[in-house]
Amino acid sequence: MTKNPAGAPGDLPQSRPRRKKVILADSRAPVTVLRTVVELEEQTSWAEEVVRSFIRIQFWTSVRLALVIGVAFGALPLVFYLVPDMSDVRVAGVSLPWLLLGVLPFPLLFGVGYWYNVLAEGHERDFVDMVEK
Amino acid sequence: MGSGELELNLWAVAAILLVGLATFSLGFRSSRQASTTQDFLVARRTVRSRRNAAAVSGEYLSAASFLGVAGLVFKDGADALWYPIGFTGGYLALMLFVAAPLRRSGAYTLPDFCEARLGSPGLRQLSTAFVVFIGILYLVPQFQGAGLTVHQILPSVPSWVGAALVAVLVIVNVFGGGMRAVTVVQAFQYWLKLFAIAAPTFVLCVIFVGQGGVAGVDRAVGLSEPLPPRFPADATVTVETDVQLRTEEGLLLRARGWVDGAPVDSIVYWGKGVHAVEEGTELWFTAGSPTPVVDRAPTDNASWLRPVNGSDDLFTTYSLIIALFLGTMGLPHVLVRFYTNPDGRAARRTTLHVLLLLGLFYIFPVLIGALSRIYVPELLVSGRTDAAVLALPMKIAPNLTGEILGAITAAGAFAAFLSTSSGLVVSVAGVLSTDVLKGRIRDFRFGAALAGSVPLALALVLRPGDISLTVGLSFALAASTFCPVLLLGIWWRKITWVGAVAGMLVGGVLVLVSLVITTVSGYTGNWAPEFLQQPALVTVPVAFLVVVVTSKATQGRIPPDTNRIRMRMHAPDRLGFIRDRDIARFGTAEERTRLANGRHRR
Repeated sequence: MTKNPAGAPGDLPQSRPRRKKVILADSRAPVTVLRTVVELEEQTSWAEEVVRSFIRIQFWTSVRLALVIGVAFGALPLVFYLVPDMSDVRVAGVSLPWLLLGVLPFPLLFGVGYWYNVLAEGHERDFVDMVEK
Repeated sequence: MGSGELELNLWAVAAILLVGLATFSLGFRSSRQASTTQDFLVARRTVRSRRNAAAVSGEYLSAASFLGVAGLVFKDGADALWYPIGFTGGYLALMLFVAAPLRRSGAYTLPDFCEARLGSPGLRQLSTAFVVFIGILYLVPQFQGAGLTVHQILPSVPSWVGAALVAVLVIVNVFGGGMRAVTVVQAFQYWLKLFAIAAPTFVLCVIFVGQGGVAGVDRAVGLSEPLPPRFPADATVTVETDVQLRTEEGLLLRARGWVDGAPVDSIVYWGKGVHAVEEGTELWFTAGSPTPVVDRAPTDNASWLRPVNGSDDLFTTYSLIIALFLGTMGLPHVLVRFYTNPDGRAARRTTLHVLLLLGLFYIFPVLIGALSRIYVPELLVSGRTDAAVLALPMKIAPNLTGEILGAITAAGAFAAFLSTSSGLVVSVAGVLSTDVLKGRIRDFRFGAALAGSVPLALALVLRPGDISLTVGLSFALAASTFCPVLLLGIWWRKITWVGAVAGMLVGGVLVLVSLVITTVSGYTGNWAPEFLQQPALVTVPVAFLVVVVTSKATQGRIPPDTNRIRMRMHAPDRLGFIRDRDIARFGTAEERTRLANGRHRR
């Protein structure tokens, strides 16, 4: 452990009193990451706000995608109930409800999952970038 | 024909023994690397996402998926298609809301997560009780399914042999290497199961189409015609549990035993309506006569093909959707696999792979279910529709091809019992050993023996129901107890342990009451209303509401370090906030200092 001199390159402009900082042996890690990470750990009001808004973003991403699936699947039984003749409709020899229930849901579920993975990892990258700057 | 069946048995027995042997040797090989409590609990959290996804899917595709889905599609038609959708969709919900934060919480069991988040030992004990209970509720049908399979291919062997065989194999494997051993076994068994259902389905479909479809099968009824399925050949059915059979057309058959409360041993005429047939009765049907079906199942093919017949169906369907979509994330044996991921990102990727692997699998049982409607209607009479996957190959191809295909599906079914029960035994044993006992390897082994033998005893005593229905109820239980605690615990800052306890108790008790009522009514003439078989549409919202209201009323009890815990659960892995609680509790001194001093960056 070493002491970090104040005003290291890339330091955030701030008027807070000087603090003792803990640094890892890993010298390749940029100093500023550690400072903000320590701040996150210490739960300063800034850190609390940043984390809270990050959690909110992740949450609403999940909720939106869940709604897509919920509405798509939730509507199906009702549609079948209201339009019973749908089972007479045939696509490539298979009754339409069977196609809608037996085959299509799986690519849809995977697609939404894939999309979520991209979005969530993107948000995490943004968060890390913001913390590191 | 008699010698043909004997040969099928030999093939199938060989296939099952091969699966058992492969399972044992794979487990034995990886057991040698397992030496610490963390190996046994979470395989040291080093499982890569592809292998983990195969293991998750392997564990998840239980008897309910391998046999049950085909059986339900065969019996209930379009409405049963919601089972595979829900089984898969549950993982999407898990991925969207639970996977990454749960892994980052650093917990090693579900009760440990509850305590880490809400800081209450009481809540921990309550969730321990529910984990053990759900585990047992889920294990019993697995063991019963194993019994059914062995009985199906070797009618002279009683059902308990298959159940005992699976239980012993699983306990031995878990005993040797815990999670470490089970991971490899389960990953292998996913691919085995995929092959064991895909290859036979493909061959059977080719034969079916080659014969000219429905028109090529003697006396068969098209799947969209408003007529009951007809026997393609003379059939003998032995009724093994009391059953109510409904027929829409009059038919002549020969019966020996008890029908409608009177002894018979002659040719009888059954008019339109319901007939009660008692255990042990033998029925002989002639080719071309209409098939009576178990009461409450669709009687003719047209209504079988049509989803949602009436508003009762609407309620059951929505209830099922809720239970399956939200129940998956509350199943202890599913969650325990997520702790084995190295970090939150890997947990998310694992789930994505799982969605792919499950979607790939579920196409096939649906096809098998539809083909069974044409070829093996006699299973509708005995109510043993779960056996469709095993019986279909010999009916479509009564020759060597059928024998080999039948042996392959039998092997796949056995892989299903083995992998799911392994996962369940590991998760229950992990919870028992760390919460009830002291968490040494010895305790884990003791827990495994207990977690395997108690459900085995229950499986032998209780009457087997439809595998998927029992499993459906355990999903409802998971969705009404752990799902609200997990979702609100991860995303809602204001949840308190009092709210969590109240929600779990209310949700759990409601589902248990409906479970008891349906079981009692099953023994005394099926008087219970149908929605009690799947009460999730009511119990899940109630449980959520109770958690929210009680938490709001006890805001003074929000844990003081809530913000820090929430940050750990959600902050990206690169920042290195994960603190693995198993290392803090069971790790060596060196591992502990590493954990305390530096954050491990990846």
